[in-house]
Amino acid sequence: MYTKKVMDAFANPMNAGNIEDANGVGQVGNASCGDIMKIYLKIENDVIADAKFETFGCAAAIASSDTAVGMIIGKSVEFAKNLTNAQVVEELEGLPPQKIHCSVLAEEAISEAIKDYEAKK
Amino acid sequence: MEKIYLDHAATTYVKEEVFEKMKPYFTEIFGNPSSLHSYGQTASYAVAEARNTVAKILNCLPTEVYFTSCGTESDNWAIRGIAKKKGKGHIITSIVEHPAVIETCQELEKNGFTVTYLPVDKLGMISVEELKNAIQEDTILISIMFANNEVGTIQPIEEIAKIAKEKKIPFHTDAVQAMGAVRIDVKEMGIDMLSLSAHKFYGPKGVGVLYVRNGLGLGKFITGGEQERGMRAGTTTTHQVVGLATALELAYENLEEKNVRMVEMRDYLIKNILKKIPYTTLNGHTTKRLPNNVNISYEFIEGEGILLLLDMDGIAVSTGSACSSGSLKSSRVLLSMGVEEGLAHGSIRMTLGERNSIDQMDYVVTKLANSVAKLRKMSPLYQD
Repeated sequence: MYTKKVMDAFANPMNAGNIEDANGVGQVGNASCGDIMKIYLKIENDVIADAKFETFGCAAAIASSDTAVGMIIGKSVEFAKNLTNAQVVEELEGLPPQKIHCSVLAEEAISEAIKDYEAKK
Repeated sequence: MEKIYLDHAATTYVKEEVFEKMKPYFTEIFGNPSSLHSYGQTASYAVAEARNTVAKILNCLPTEVYFTSCGTESDNWAIRGIAKKKGKGHIITSIVEHPAVIETCQELEKNGFTVTYLPVDKLGMISVEELKNAIQEDTILISIMFANNEVGTIQPIEEIAKIAKEKKIPFHTDAVQAMGAVRIDVKEMGIDMLSLSAHKFYGPKGVGVLYVRNGLGLGKFITGGEQERGMRAGTTTTHQVVGLATALELAYENLEEKNVRMVEMRDYLIKNILKKIPYTTLNGHTTKRLPNNVNISYEFIEGEGILLLLDMDGIAVSTGSACSSGSLKSSRVLLSMGVEEGLAHGSIRMTLGERNSIDQMDYVVTKLANSVAKLRKMSPLYQD
């Protein structure tokens, strides 16, 4: 039911973990709905110098966070702000319909982290 | 890589002996059991023999055994059959039933029937007192599963049957998970209707039984020919019913001996998981439990991830948690037992089978510990 890309990102995530001196952190979801995503951003000169995720959730949730984070590293804050869940789904070569919300959570978690960064600035 | 199958509650392989017994009925003894010629007659003898075998094991009459296509059909027939006969009224079931029962009852609610879904305690047991209190003047059926498919809790079937009998209410039990693992004597236990399915005890998929006590007056379910004494029309699947009966017979051969081994393996697995992996809890009853069922919650993570990582290690398990099944809610069974949502999402069911060994359990625990650690490391809820 999952694409090879999803399975790869889930089994060997490149961007799992946290960033101790992150200057933007965003968390969305809750345990009762089965997904929590936390995104850590290290932003320097309006560029995402580093990003990591921690996710409680299914394989699609882990793959979505890993992929979304991978897509914004090295990119401008503006780019990260405009990242949509559809782009994440495309990068994963598709998600089952009932798992699309996982990609939405990834988009939302990144947007929360940027808001946190901007509030602190 | 060694492959270890730990999802026998979902389905089992067909035993070689069962398959061998079935084979001639595909190619040689292929006649329609309803035909009068010798092809048909030979096939009909095989069907009769299979029916006798099932009857002997359940301790009922062969005329009380109806072959169906699966457990779900048997449940549907039992419940809808009584509902149709009575036209209106109240049904008592439990909140932990299989969807075949729950969804059927919900359908009937739309048609004006009322249904009580009995709650369960934290071990997954219904209360006999609550059952008694739920009985109304117009209660037409009590349907309580023999053993639960997710956590393996075995219900007090004899007590329930006794109450039903006193109140003259038909009692149906979905014994799909219990059959082949627990001795069931329908007469001794006072069961009026019982559903079972062959693919849960090393028989083929696509065949089940509904036992209906003679005199209950359950109406016909599928109209057509005269098969199953006109109650359930449709060409009798000779190879399937032969497979079912053979598998059932084998399941009850040395059952107690096999169960000793199964319980030992189950308890070894439970003990080692709880000991070697922190933040784990057993779901369900410790003793009133199917001999092959292990259901454990792993805190801070979601079950699906564990399932998929174990699968990469060649180990097949199941999650009661929702994500894998398409709906996003966590297990209704676990939630109704009072398991917190987070823990319900992190549950994994392992159901053992005859080919499994204690040695495999050590490998399973090692791989499981690795998978759990890997996922916890990624979880925002977990702190080392």
